[in-house]
Amino acid sequence: MMTIFGVPTQALFGQLLLGLINGSFYAILSLGLAIIFGLLNIINFAHGALYMMGAFVAWMLLSYFGLGYWWALGLAPLVVGVFGVVLERVLIARLYKLDHLYGLLLTFGLALIIQGLFRNQYGVSGLPYAIPPELSGGQRLPFMFLPNYRAWVVVASLTVCIATWLIIEKTKLGAYLRAATENPTLVQAFGVNVPLFLTLTYGFGVALAGFAGVLAAPIYSVNPNMGADIIIVVFAVVVIGGMGSIIGSVITGFALGLVEGLTKVFYPEASSTVIFVIMVLVLLVKPAGLFGRTA
Amino acid sequence: MADTAALDAAPIAAAVVPENRDDKALQRKIFIGLALLLMVAPLVLYPVYLMKVLCFALFALAFNLLLGYGGLLSFGHAAYFGMASYLSAYGAKVWGLSPELAILVGTATAALLGLVFGSLAIRRQGIYFSMITLALAQMAFFFALQAKFTGGEDGIQAVPRGALFGVIRLDDDRAMYGLVAVVFFLGMLTIYRIIHSPFGQVLKAIRDNESRAVSLGYRVNQYKLAVFVLSATLAGLAGATKAIVFQLASLTDVHWSMSGEVVLMTLVGGMGTVFGPIVGALVIVTMETYLAQFGAWVTVIQGCVFVLCVLLFREGVVGLIARRLRKPL
Amino acid sequence: MNGRFPLAALAGAFMAGVALTAPASAQTAVKIGILGDRSGAYSDISGEGSVVAARLALEDFKPEQHGLKVEIVSADHQNKPDVGAAIARQWYDRDHVDMITDGVTSSVALAISQVTKEKNKVFIDTGAGTADLTGSQCSPNTIHWVYDTVALANGTGGAMVKRGGTTWFFLTADYVFGQTLQRDTTNVINKNGGKVVGSVKTPFPTADFSSFLLQAQSSGAKVIGLANAGADTINSIKQAGEFGITEGGQALAGLLVFSSDVHSLGTKVAQGLVLTEPFYWDLNDQTRAFSDRFSKQMKGSKPTSNHAGVYSDVLHYLKAVAETKSTADGAATVAKMKAMPTDDPLFGKGVVRADGRKIHDMYLFEVKKPAESKGEWDLYNKLETIPGDQVFRPLGDGNCSLVKG
Repeated sequence: MMTIFGVPTQALFGQLLLGLINGSFYAILSLGLAIIFGLLNIINFAHGALYMMGAFVAWMLLSYFGLGYWWALGLAPLVVGVFGVVLERVLIARLYKLDHLYGLLLTFGLALIIQGLFRNQYGVSGLPYAIPPELSGGQRLPFMFLPNYRAWVVVASLTVCIATWLIIEKTKLGAYLRAATENPTLVQAFGVNVPLFLTLTYGFGVALAGFAGVLAAPIYSVNPNMGADIIIVVFAVVVIGGMGSIIGSVITGFALGLVEGLTKVFYPEASSTVIFVIMVLVLLVKPAGLFGRTA
Repeated sequence: MADTAALDAAPIAAAVVPENRDDKALQRKIFIGLALLLMVAPLVLYPVYLMKVLCFALFALAFNLLLGYGGLLSFGHAAYFGMASYLSAYGAKVWGLSPELAILVGTATAALLGLVFGSLAIRRQGIYFSMITLALAQMAFFFALQAKFTGGEDGIQAVPRGALFGVIRLDDDRAMYGLVAVVFFLGMLTIYRIIHSPFGQVLKAIRDNESRAVSLGYRVNQYKLAVFVLSATLAGLAGATKAIVFQLASLTDVHWSMSGEVVLMTLVGGMGTVFGPIVGALVIVTMETYLAQFGAWVTVIQGCVFVLCVLLFREGVVGLIARRLRKPL
Repeated sequence: MNGRFPLAALAGAFMAGVALTAPASAQTAVKIGILGDRSGAYSDISGEGSVVAARLALEDFKPEQHGLKVEIVSADHQNKPDVGAAIARQWYDRDHVDMITDGVTSSVALAISQVTKEKNKVFIDTGAGTADLTGSQCSPNTIHWVYDTVALANGTGGAMVKRGGTTWFFLTADYVFGQTLQRDTTNVINKNGGKVVGSVKTPFPTADFSSFLLQAQSSGAKVIGLANAGADTINSIKQAGEFGITEGGQALAGLLVFSSDVHSLGTKVAQGLVLTEPFYWDLNDQTRAFSDRFSKQMKGSKPTSNHAGVYSDVLHYLKAVAETKSTADGAATVAKMKAMPTDDPLFGKGVVRADGRKIHDMYLFEVKKPAESKGEWDLYNKLETIPGDQVFRPLGDGNCSLVKG
C-alpha cells in the first residue's frame, strides 16, 4: 500500500474529503460574514449565534409544527433572515458611521443575549435531530464509507455559494450592491434606496448562517453553544481570505477545511489552532489577506 | 471638541480635551482620593473581592494604554496576562520563589512575549493588527494547554502566597491586600507618567494621524512597539499578582474571552480616560461576583450591558462624566 | 459588614434570607452552598437540578425536628477553577457557608477542595470525575460521593473486555481529565487481558469527530472508547452512527455518560451504547418516587446521578451535623460522616472510607433500542450490578496521605 509520511494514501483521501465537508460549513458562514462586512462594514460577531438559531428553528419546526428537514431548509433561513432584518433596523443601523470596534462589540453583546436565552430555555445537552430518510445511509467508496448526508452538505454548500456569487457579480441587483459599497452617497443620488439595501443584505447574510445551521443540525449536536465554538474560526477564515472578498471567503473556507483535515491526521491536538498559525503567516506576507485588495 | 460628533469622527480617541494646569490639579486630587479609598476600602468591603477588582483594574489600565493612547486594539491581551500568571504561579510553587520575585518573573515573561508578539503585530494596521494579536494569543493558549508545566485544565493550583521579602507573611488577606494595593497604585502612576511624558504626546499624535507623525520624522513603529511592550508588561504585572492572590493560574486567564473581557471593562469605563478602566473593572467584576447566583442569566445580562454601552454611552462612565465636567479624567 | 456600603447592601438583598439568620435560640444554623455549572456544558448534569435535589433532601430530613436551621445558596462556577475557588473563598469568609456540594468539573473540584481545607469547612463533591480527590490530593475536609474515573474504567472497561471487546481504540479529549480516563481504562483493559491498539487526542471542544472516527474505524479495534464528556461525547456518538461504525461491528463504550446525554441523543442514535452509572431514575420504587418529585420541579427532566448524589450527600451531612450540633470544625464533621454508615433511598447502604471515597454499587447499563423504549426517558437496560468494593479503587492504592499504610 502506498503511504505518505506513514499514512496510507487511501486513508488520506478519506480525510481530505472530510476536510472538504467541514470546509463547506466554513464557506457558507464566512460568505455571509464577508458580504455583511463588505457592504455594511460590520464585523458580525452574532453570526455564530444566528447559525445556532438556524439549527434550533429547524428543531422547533419539527417538534412544534411537524415540519421536516426539507421545510426547515427553506423556512429556517427565512426566519433567521427576518430576525436579522429586525436587528439591523433596530440596532445595527445606528452604528454605520462609527469605527468597526463598535459594530463588533454590539454584535458580541447580541450573541451573548441570544445564546443565553436559548440556554435558559433548552439547556445545553443539545436536542436530537435526525438525518432525513432520503439522505440516510451511505456509499462505500474504495477509501471510506461516505454518508449520503455529508455528500449532500458539500453539494448544497457549493450550490448556495456559487448562486450567491453569481447574483452579486452578474446581476443588476448585484451591480447596485457593489456600487453601494463603493460609494453609497452617489448610489443614493441615483435614486437607489441604500438603507433598504443594507437591511436586506444583512438579512441575506444571516439567512446564510441560518441555512448552515439547518445543514449542521442532523450531524452536530443542536445546542446553544454550537455557534460560539465555530465563530472564531470563521473569523479567521474571512481574514485569511481578505475581509469583504466574496470569492476569497468561499475558496478559503474550503481550503482551510482541507488543511484542518490534514492536521487531524498528523497532529490532531493542533487541528483547532492551525488556522491561526496560517492567519498570522498570511497576514505577514499578504497584508490584506489572500484575495483582499490593499487599501 | 469632546461632543459626540467628535467621537464619531475619531471614535477610538475618546474624549480628549486640551489639558491645562487646573485639569492636572484635579487629576492629582483624584489620585489622592483614590489612595485614601484604597486604605479605607478593606475595612468596609471583602478584601478578596477588592484584590480581584484591583488586579483587573490594572489589567484594564494597561490595555487602555495601548488602545486609548496608542490607538491599537489588541484582541490578544489575555496572552500576557495569562502567561505571566502561569510563570508567577510556577515560580512561587515549584522554584519556591518569594512572592515579589515570582511576580517579577511573571512580569518579565509578559514583557518578553510582548516584544515578540508586538514586533509581528505592529507591522499591520486596524482590524488586521487586531486579528494578528488574536491569532498569536490563540497560539499562546494552545501552548498553555499542551505544555506540561501548566497542568492543563487543572491549572497550577495551591500556589503558596509565601512571605514578602521573606518577612511579611501574605497568608493574611490584609497583608496580601496591602501588597496588591501598592502594586496597583504604582502601576497606575507609571501609566499616568507615560501618558503625560513627551513619549505619550508622540503616541497621541500617532494615534490621531499616523502619516502626519511619519512626515514629522518620528519613527512610528518604534513608538508603537514600545507602547505595546509597556502595555503587555503591565498586563503581565496584573496577571502575575492575581496568581499569587488567588493561589491559582488557569486556562481562563489565557482564553480569548479574557481578551474580550478587558475590552469590555475599558469600554464600560471609558476608553482613553485615565480613570475609566478602573471604574470599568469595578463594574464588571462586581457584576460577575454578585450575579453568579443567577446562573444562565448572567450572559444575557452581560450581553445587554454590551448593547446598552455601545448604543447609549460609547464614551463610557468616566468619559460621560468627563464630558459633563468638561475636564479630562 | 453587610449593609454599610451600597454594594454590600445590594449583595445582602440578593442573598436570600440573610436577614433571617438571626440569633438562633437552640437551633444550629447550617448553610449549604450548591456550587455547580449553571450556564455551561454541564449545566444539565448539575445546574438548577442540584438545587432542587438539595431542597428535596431538606423536605425529607425535616431539619427543624433535629434542631437545625438550614439554608441553601447557589452559584455558577462556569467550569473555571479560578471562579470556583473565588466563590468558595467568599462563601466561607463572608457568607458563613458551612458546606459546599456539587462541584462538577474536575479542575474546579480540586480548587474548591484546596480552599475548603484551608478554611476547615466541608466539601462533598458529586459531579467531578478525578480520582485524585481521594488519591494524591485527598483532604480531611473533602468527600467524593458519586463516581470517579477509576470506577468508570473498572465498570465499563472491565465489563466490555469480559464480553469479548478485547481490542480498543480511544478517542480522548485532549485535556487532563480525558487523559486520566484513558490511562485508568487502559490499566483495566490490560489487567483483563485486552489490548489498546491506538488512540487519538481530540482538541477540546470539538464539533466534528468524523475524521477521528475514521481513524478509529480503520484501526479495526473491536471497541471504540470515548474518553470525553458532555457535548464531545454526544457529538462523537451521533457521528459514529452516521458513519456506520456500530453497523460495521465495532462497539462504542462511553466512559463518562449521564442519562441527560443519552436523552439528548435519543435511543435511535445511542442504542447499544454501554456505560456505567451509580444511579438511574428507573432502578426501583424509591428512585422512581424521588424522580417524580424532582421532575415536577424541573420541566419534566429526570434526575441524573449527580442530582441524586446531591440529595444523598446533603441528607448524610445533615445527619452528621444533627449529632455534632456544630458546624465550626469541618474536619470533625467529615470524621463524623466517615464514622456513620450511609443509608438513603437512592444509593442504599454504603460507607465513606478513610480517604473520603463514598462506596456504593455501580451499574452497567446498555441503552435500549427504540422499539423497547416506552417513553423519552425510558433509556437503559441494566446489564450488571458491580459491587462497591470491586468497582472503586482499593483504599491502599490511591496514595492518599490520610490512609496509614
